[in-house]
Amino acid sequence: MYKILTNKELAPKIRLFEVYAPEVAEKTLPGQFIILIIGETGERIPLTIAGYDHKKGTIKFVFNEVGKTTKQLGLMKEGEYIETITGPLGNPSEIKNFGKVLCVGGGVMIAPMFLQVQALQKTGNKVTTVVGARIKDLLFFEDEMKVYSDKVYVATDDGSKGYKGLDFLKDLLFKEKFDRCVVMGPVVMMKAVSEMTKPFGIPTVVTLTPIMVDGMGMCGVCRVMVAGKMKFGCVDGPEFDGHAVDFDGLIKRQRLFLPEERLSSLLWEKLGGCSCGGK
Amino acid sequence: MAENKPKPKPKIQKESVPIPKQKPEERRRNFNEVALGYTEEQALAEANRCLQCPKPQCIQGCPVEIEIPAFIKLIREGKFEEAVKKVKEKNSLPAICGRVCPQEEQCQKFCIVGKVGDPVSIGRLERFLADWERSIDVKALRDAPATGKKVAIIGAGPAGLTAAADLARLGHKVVIFEALHLPGGVLVYGIPEFRLPKSIVRAEVDYIVKLGVELKLGYLIGRTFTIPELLKYKGFDAVFIGTGAGLPQFMGVPGENLGGIYSANEFLIRVNLMKSYAFPAYDTPIRIGKHVVVIGGGNVAMDSARSALRLGAEQVCIVYRRSRDELPARKEEIENAEEEGIICKFLAAPTRFIGDEKGWVKAMECICMELGPPDESGRRRPVPVKGSEFVMDTDTVIVAIGRTPNPIIQSTTAGLEVTKWGTIVTDENGKTSLEGVYAGGDIVTGEATVISAMGAGKKAAKAIHEYLMKK
Ligand SMILES: Cc1cc2nc3c(=O)[nH]c(=O)nc-3n(C[C@H](O)[C@H](O)[C@H](O)COP(=O)(O)OP(=O)(O)OC[C@H]3O[C@@H](n4cnc5c(N)ncnc54)[C@H](O)[C@@H]3O)c2cc1C
Ligand SMILES: Cc1cc2nc3c(=O)[nH]c(=O)nc-3n(C[C@H](O)[C@H](O)[C@H](O)COP(=O)(O)OP(=O)(O)OC[C@H]3O[C@@H](n4cnc5c(N)ncnc54)[C@H](O)[C@@H]3O)c2cc1C
Ligand code: SF4
Ligand code: FES
Repeated sequence: MYKILTNKELAPKIRLFEVYAPEVAEKTLPGQFIILIIGETGERIPLTIAGYDHKKGTIKFVFNEVGKTTKQLGLMKEGEYIETITGPLGNPSEIKNFGKVLCVGGGVMIAPMFLQVQALQKTGNKVTTVVGARIKDLLFFEDEMKVYSDKVYVATDDGSKGYKGLDFLKDLLFKEKFDRCVVMGPVVMMKAVSEMTKPFGIPTVVTLTPIMVDGMGMCGVCRVMVAGKMKFGCVDGPEFDGHAVDFDGLIKRQRLFLPEERLSSLLWEKLGGCSCGGK
Repeated sequence: MAENKPKPKPKIQKESVPIPKQKPEERRRNFNEVALGYTEEQALAEANRCLQCPKPQCIQGCPVEIEIPAFIKLIREGKFEEAVKKVKEKNSLPAICGRVCPQEEQCQKFCIVGKVGDPVSIGRLERFLADWERSIDVKALRDAPATGKKVAIIGAGPAGLTAAADLARLGHKVVIFEALHLPGGVLVYGIPEFRLPKSIVRAEVDYIVKLGVELKLGYLIGRTFTIPELLKYKGFDAVFIGTGAGLPQFMGVPGENLGGIYSANEFLIRVNLMKSYAFPAYDTPIRIGKHVVVIGGGNVAMDSARSALRLGAEQVCIVYRRSRDELPARKEEIENAEEEGIICKFLAAPTRFIGDEKGWVKAMECICMELGPPDESGRRRPVPVKGSEFVMDTDTVIVAIGRTPNPIIQSTTAGLEVTKWGTIVTDENGKTSLEGVYAGGDIVTGEATVISAMGAGKKAAKAIHEYLMKK
C-alpha cells in the first residue's frame, strides 16, 4: 500500500502526485517508470517517474486524465492508498556531459522531462528546452525549466502562446549546433522532432510509451520495431534512438484497445464515477 | 465400469475409476474447473486397485519421491489426515501437483498395474487428499526453533514457494520477493482457472504464509533491489532465484506486430492474472475474434486455445509444425481440448500475417511441413515443403512457441554464471557460481514442469540450510 501525499492539479486534467514509496525512490534514476494498480479490479498502468526524493522516500508522477484508470486515480484523495507500485522499471537515461543538449517535452511528458533537464544541467551540459502543449492552458513547469536551462522556448499547437507548432525548430537547428536531442511527448511529436534532427545527424533519444501490461518483459505487448529489430519497450527501453524507431507501427499498436478503453471509461462515468478505488 | 477378468495371481482391476468432469458442451463456455475430483467412495475404490508392491516402481517416477504406496494404504484405511501428512513430507503443494503434474510421464508411467490395464490414478488420489484437507482446518507445521538467519526468495512460482516453505520449517526467516502483484508464478498467470482454480493456489500460498514466510509483492529484483544489495545491505544471508522462464518468443515472420496477434503470455496474463474475461468489471481488456489460431503444441498452446474458446471464439484451431505424435502437451489436456471442439492442424507453420486497413490481422499464410530426421531434441525435425503455401482466415492469433528465461537478474548480478540460453548454471544442489546464491526451476532448466521446479526448490532449500548452519 502506497500513501498519496500530494494530489495537485497542474493544468486542466493534468495532475501531479507525490507518493510515499521509499524502496522505489531509493533506486530511481531519471528516465525510469513505475507500474501502478489502484485496487483489486484495476489494470496495471505505466507512468514515468517525474521526481524522487531519496531522503523523504517519495516519488512524483504527473498524468493526464484520459481514461478510466487515470480518471479514477485523479479522484483519489491525499492520505488514501494506491494498492501496488512496482518500480523503478526500465533503463535509466544516459546522463553525462554531451555538450549542448536540446530537450523537447510535450504535453504531460513535460514533467519527467524536467527531471532530465535538471540532471543534464547538473552534469555540465548546456541545455536548451522546448515545452509544448496543445493550448496555452495545458502548459506547466515553464518557470522551473528556466532555472536549469540556458534558454526555454514555448510552443502550442494553436499558437495561443509562444510559437505555433514545432516548425521553428528547423530554424533553430540551422542556427545552433546541438550534440544531442532528447524528446518526450506524444508519439507524433517525437516522430516529427526525430525527422527534423536526422538531416543534422544529431543523436536523438525518444521515450516510447507503447501499451504495457506487466512492464517487465513477460508479455511482449510493448513490442516496437527499432532498426528493423523487435524490441520490448519495457525492458529494452523506454528510451530508443529516434532515428531508428518505427513510429507508425507504434501509433497503430497504441490504438489496439481503443474501443474497449472507451467502453470502460464510459461505463464508469455512467455509473457515476465510483470512487471506491476498485474495492 | 470396472470388470474383473479371471487372471492368475493378484486380481487386478484393469480400469481406473474415471474422474467426474463437466460435460464438454457445458465447459467449453465457462471457466469453472473441468475435472471435478473423486468422492470418498471413488477414492477408496481407486486406492484399492493399488497392489502395495513390495518394490514399488511408481516412486522412482516421482521427482520428489513421495512414498506413494504408503499414502495409498492410508487412504484405504480411511486415515486421510495421516495420508495427507505422508504426501506433505515430500510435497508441500499437493492440490496443485495432483491437478497439473504429467503423472502419465512420471509415477503412473512406472506403475505395475499399467502393464495390464490403466495405472493407478496416483495424481487423482493426491488431489483427493489435498482437497479433503482444504475442507477441514489446516494447522501449519513449523517444527524447528528460529535460527536467526534470513533468506530471500526471488519469484513466487512453484520453485520459490517450495524453497520458502522448507526453509521456514527449518526455522529461517524467509522473505519472498515477487515482481507481479499476485503470488504463484505460472500457477496464477499461466495455467487457467478451469484447470487449476486460483483459490487453490491462494490456499497453498496462505499455508506458506502461516509458516511465517513474508510475501513482498511488486518487487522486481534487479530493479527495486539487486542480489548483491540484498546480501550486502538488506541483511540476507542467502538468496534463492526462482524467476522462471517468463520471456515470450516470437517467430520473426512478417506481420507479427499486427493487432490481434498476442504472445501466449500476453493472452494468458490478461485472462488469468488480470481477469480480462470479466471485463469491464475488471479493467484490463482483451479482444477475441471469431476465428482464433493458436501456434504451438505444448501445454501453453492447449491452455490458450481452450481459454479462447471459453471467451466466445466460434472456432479455435491449433497449428503445429510437427505431427500429433510429437505434441508436447499432456495427453489428458489434448483429449480435453479436442472434446471441447478445438481443431488441430498438424504439419504447418506460419510464414506471414496479412492485415486489414486498420492494422488488424485478417489472414495467415502457412507452409506445409514434413518430418525429416530427428533434431537435437530427439523429435523429428519439421522441413518446409516447397510451394505448399496456403492461406487461412483468422482474426486472432496466439503465439505459443516457447518461453525463455527472464534476463533481468542475470544482467544485474555480476559474476553469476549463465549458459548461452540465459539459464543460470548450478550444481546438482542448486548452488550457483556466487556464494550464498542458489537457483532452481525453469530459470535453471528452461521450460519444464511444476513438480521439477518444486523438486529443485526442495533440493536448494536443503543445500541453503546446510550452508547457513555452517556459516
Ligand atoms: C513507459 C510509459 C510511461 C508513461 N508515462 C506516462 C506519464 O508520465 N504520464 C501520463 O499521463 N501517461 C503516461 N503513459 C501513458 C499512460 O500509461 C496511459 O495514459 C494510461 O495507461 C491510460 O490509462 P487509462 O485507463 O486512464 O486510459 P485508457 O482507457 O487505457 O486509455 C485512454 C486513452 O489513452 C490512450 N493510451 C492508452 N495507453 C497509452 C499509452 N501507453 N501511451 C499513450 N496513450 C495511451 C488510449 O489510446 C486512449 O486514447 C506512459 C506509458 C508508458 C508505456
Ligand atoms: C500456460 C502454461 C501451462 C503449463 N502447464 C503445466 C502443466 O500442466 N503441468 C506442469 O507440470 N507444468 C506446466 N507448465 C510449466 C510450469 O508451470 C513451469 O515449469 C513452472 O511453473 C516453473 O516454476 P518456477 O517456479 O521455476 O517459475 P514460474 O512459475 O515461472 O515463477 C517465477 C516467478 O518469478 C517471478 N519473477 C521473475 N523475475 C523476477 C524478478 N526479477 N524479481 C521478482 N520476481 C520475479 C515471476 O513473476 C513469477 O511469478 C505450464 C506453463 C505454462 C506457461
Ligand atoms: S507401482 Fe502402482 S500398484 Fe505398485 S505400489 Fe505403486 S501405485 Fe501401487
Ligand atoms: S509490458 Fe509486457 S513485455 Fe513489456
